[in-house]
Amino acid sequence: MPALELTHVAKHFGAIQAVSDVSFTLEAGEVIGLMGDNGAGKSTLVKMIAGNFLPTHGKIAIDGREVVMHRPVEARRHGVEIVHQDLALCNNLTAAANVFLGREMRKGFGPFSVLDYAGMYKRSAEVFAELKSETRPRDLIKMMSGGQRQAVAIARTMLSDAKIVLMDEPTAAISVRQVAEVLNLIRALRDKGITVVLISHRMPDVFGVADRVIVMRRGHKVADKKTADSSPEEVTALITGALEKAD
Amino acid sequence: MSNIEDAISRQETTLVTRLLTSQAFLVLLAVLVASVALHFATNGVFSSDRNLFNITRNATFVGIIALGMTFVIITGGIDLSVGSVLMLSSMVCAKVMNAGYGIEYGIAAALSAALLVGFVNGVMIAYLRFPPFVVTLAMMSIARSLGMVTSQNTTISKFGPDHDSLLWIGGGSLIQGVPNPVLIALTLCAICAFVLSLTRFGRYVMAIGGSERAAEATGVPVRQIKVGVYMISSLSAGICGVVEVAWLGAVTTNLGAGMELQVIAVAVIGGANLAGGSGTAIGAIIGAMLIEIIRNSLGLLGINAYWQGTFIGSAILFAVLFDRIANLRRDG
Repeated sequence: MPALELTHVAKHFGAIQAVSDVSFTLEAGEVIGLMGDNGAGKSTLVKMIAGNFLPTHGKIAIDGREVVMHRPVEARRHGVEIVHQDLALCNNLTAAANVFLGREMRKGFGPFSVLDYAGMYKRSAEVFAELKSETRPRDLIKMMSGGQRQAVAIARTMLSDAKIVLMDEPTAAISVRQVAEVLNLIRALRDKGITVVLISHRMPDVFGVADRVIVMRRGHKVADKKTADSSPEEVTALITGALEKAD
Repeated sequence: MSNIEDAISRQETTLVTRLLTSQAFLVLLAVLVASVALHFATNGVFSSDRNLFNITRNATFVGIIALGMTFVIITGGIDLSVGSVLMLSSMVCAKVMNAGYGIEYGIAAALSAALLVGFVNGVMIAYLRFPPFVVTLAMMSIARSLGMVTSQNTTISKFGPDHDSLLWIGGGSLIQGVPNPVLIALTLCAICAFVLSLTRFGRYVMAIGGSERAAEATGVPVRQIKVGVYMISSLSAGICGVVEVAWLGAVTTNLGAGMELQVIAVAVIGGANLAGGSGTAIGAIIGAMLIEIIRNSLGLLGINAYWQGTFIGSAILFAVLFDRIANLRRDG
């Protein structure tokens, strides 16, 4: 049973066809690279999976069940988490505080319950350990590297038992050394059986970590193949339109 | 498992460096150094019981409101209406008691008036997305005007059957040697410190100041929390209003005029950052102490009172300078 299945999904904004007739399936624990030029329909596609937009046509199924998601909260309830490009972290708080933001652990009863600092430090340290990240729960976000910040944002998705993690350009604004760190985070998610959709412009990252690559051009899916059977040259040609469709 | 415990206990900063970059701690040091120096410079007049009593009591009025203002400033907002709310609520308290009602009615009415103003501020800022500066500037005008309407611009100095109980709140001492206003300020400081560091509400206040977008994305009820902080700020002004009328024994309509700027200065000196995201309860009280010591010592040292503003302004600038230096070290 596929973790995520899109069947003939399309999204129109008035006369503009942002996404036309896209179908694909993702298995659990699969890493997929979603590529395409600006305006190719990647973002619209991802926003439909994340619950920001309803598809105009077509169906989305998660774990074999068809879902209709009107808001991001509903997607989250179905186990879809998105890691935004700007990560949405609070610089003035610790890593643990950010991981648990909005769902703090507390101890005590009712109005007398207080934040369970020790519990949250412990649980987030465990998640960072699972991610094989050096990130420390008590450090402030503002003192962290780009890679560590990614780890915090990803730890947040793991805490909620996500089945599908959508990552929007996670390696766009960080140093080369940190890119390796982020790719390791993605592998750690995969090893836990989580499906990762990696939206990226960076060819080496997609070919380094993704099992499959899906290429979008002008709202259409023009390729969907194993990275082992493709090459950066072919994908570049597909993105620019030099190659009409993958064989 | 030992790896995890190791990671939990490790931090980039030690306790010592954190203290040294904590603004509240540096201001506390300044307070202590100034106190020792003033003790000698004034031949002990500064540290006489009478003078220390005056300083601590005066500092508490600004300090109480600075506690509430700190919540607002942490979220990146500002509340300019506190001086007028102080006057409105003390006028309401005086008017109700003057009309023959008991002290509990007077206090309840005063605090309700303050909470209502804070609620209106908060709703306009959080739900209608009006800028806090403008909303509270307007409310500063409205609240003072309502106070004048309530009193018809007269001075009230008779508080009905519970007259003496009210004056005891301001002038008495529940605990020997500790003026009641000081006791109230310390209690409120402890409550605020608890709320800020140990409750989910406090965590959300900090998160909104750090990144409102992040807070929203993770499901923090940003708008409700914002209404909450403006109500806390107003409530603190209301409490101060009751304490101040109890201390002065009379209310006039210029009570608390210009106080909002003093309160903001105190909060900033105590480590609250106007850009949002930082501030502590203890800092608000320590900041109030520093300002009051400056004011008091200038008088004792025989320096012309016109210089007061220069010294207080310099203290504000120094506080911001410390903050910049601490941040440079972190960024570098």
